[in-house]
Amino acid sequence: MITSIARIFAAEWRKLRRPTLLLGTLGAVAFFSILVSSLLFLMIDSPNGNGDRGIRITREMLSLPSGATQSFSSIGNLLGIIALCVFAAQTAQEYSLGTLRNLLVREPGRIRLLVGKLASMKVFAIIMTLVSAVISIGISYALAGGKNVSTELWFNGDGRLEIAKTLLNVFISILGFGIIGMVLGILLRSPISSISLGVLWLLIVENIVGAVKASTLQWLPGNQLGTIATGGSDTITYTHALSLSAIYVGVALIIATVLFTKRDVAN
Amino acid sequence: MQLAISVSDLSKKYESGFAVSHANFQVPAGTICGFVGPNGAGKTTTIRMLLGLISPTGGSGEILGQSIQDPEKYLPLVGAMIEGPAFYPALSGSENLKVLASLGGFPMERVDQLLEQVGLAERGKSKYKTYSLGMKQRLGIAAALLPNPKLLILDEPTNGLDPEGIQEIRQLLRGLAENGTTVFVSSHLLSELELISEYLVMLRKGEVVFAGAIQDLFDQQQPFMLVNTLDEKDLEKIIQIAEAAGHEAHIRAGVAHIKGPAEWAGTLNKLAFESGIVLTQLSPQMPNLEETFFEMTGEQK
Repeated sequence: MITSIARIFAAEWRKLRRPTLLLGTLGAVAFFSILVSSLLFLMIDSPNGNGDRGIRITREMLSLPSGATQSFSSIGNLLGIIALCVFAAQTAQEYSLGTLRNLLVREPGRIRLLVGKLASMKVFAIIMTLVSAVISIGISYALAGGKNVSTELWFNGDGRLEIAKTLLNVFISILGFGIIGMVLGILLRSPISSISLGVLWLLIVENIVGAVKASTLQWLPGNQLGTIATGGSDTITYTHALSLSAIYVGVALIIATVLFTKRDVAN
Repeated sequence: MQLAISVSDLSKKYESGFAVSHANFQVPAGTICGFVGPNGAGKTTTIRMLLGLISPTGGSGEILGQSIQDPEKYLPLVGAMIEGPAFYPALSGSENLKVLASLGGFPMERVDQLLEQVGLAERGKSKYKTYSLGMKQRLGIAAALLPNPKLLILDEPTNGLDPEGIQEIRQLLRGLAENGTTVFVSSHLLSELELISEYLVMLRKGEVVFAGAIQDLFDQQQPFMLVNTLDEKDLEKIIQIAEAAGHEAHIRAGVAHIKGPAEWAGTLNKLAFESGIVLTQLSPQMPNLEETFFEMTGEQK
């Protein structure tokens, strides 16, 4: 069982590590990390705010042990959408290219195939998280001095703990978004449809619904996953976001697994 | 006789009806077996059921002595190319094979050997999306050979290949069969199948219309002659003359097909002459796979 999963992992990783996909994705991760971190510090005195949705994040807040990861945690949603696109495309393309039949002839254990694919995508998500963390913390550190933000507490014991916590939270968030993408890929069997539906839901539908009725935000899946990355918000607790996300992702994964294992591969 | 494939009442029913209905056939181990049928006859559905990609709605089957309900037991010994090659366009041919080699736990050295064997050694590093149809087909065959299979299932392996490529594949399949591999191959190139197959399974509208040794099939068929006339309208008259003499006859693709031994050709010529019909063709034929296929499946050429 473990050997099979290791083989599936290695096969999947060959596809994920191809330069266009890996470097392209990490390029997008780097771009958003630089953008969000730079805006946070460069617009620190702006009356329009410098954080997500115009929230003001002051020098005092940025000087806390959590200051180093402030920008990194708020990139969670964007990284999640990137992960959703990559996971959805990697899964759905097996149907659209017809390669799933090759994979299933070589590895007929469908649950094992799914677990192995997910394992390699997890590693991809870890790399995304680490690259974003290094860039956003690095940019934050570089810009902090020029904007009179103290970095004294950033790397002490509490600071390091904050970094570790945020790394874990952002990783959980990215993985959640990615699994949703993978599930959409299995359900819709088309990279374009699964990416479109995922992005449309997260960027448009949730925002419209949330703007019309703010109380719904505490139930919407994308918002829960984004909240995990920030470690909780004023309106949604970390525990609530984590439990609800686990339910959403778990149910979606069960449905996708049943479909993947039972459905005929007829294309 | 050891069997590589054995299916009994194998069926796949969709809402629209049976794609494969109560199929029964056996393929002896170490032989080349052709799998033929018109488009939509159920060949690919059958192959998919044999490979565990779709579940039968009825019947049973065994591959290499293992039930098709348990594909994990026999697929490590099976190589397959179904409905043409399918690979990742952004990966090279070599990387594509390595993905499958990793998955199946096969040694990576095998990838280079197979690329060499199918004539892709020089283009192995090129991206799959730059390959011609023939090269894609060769890569598909290489992928099917990865496990050093005991049973090789190929769906239209010669699609897109030039005559030289077709000949190479023919030799490759013969070589594999000589070394004990069973080859189950579907193709529209019936003359090719006739050259290499010892056994044949023929499907029509989801049903097996023949399964057995190809020579047995020919033995069941009568010789026939192809007849054409100067005036197209006279073809009907020729049919009537033949039928009046007790010979089965029909027109297909503008040519009269009349069953009967070669010796009867002279009599037919005489009867035509007496009726004022000028023949432009009168060729006695021995049964071949193509003619038999059209005869048995009711397809038009």
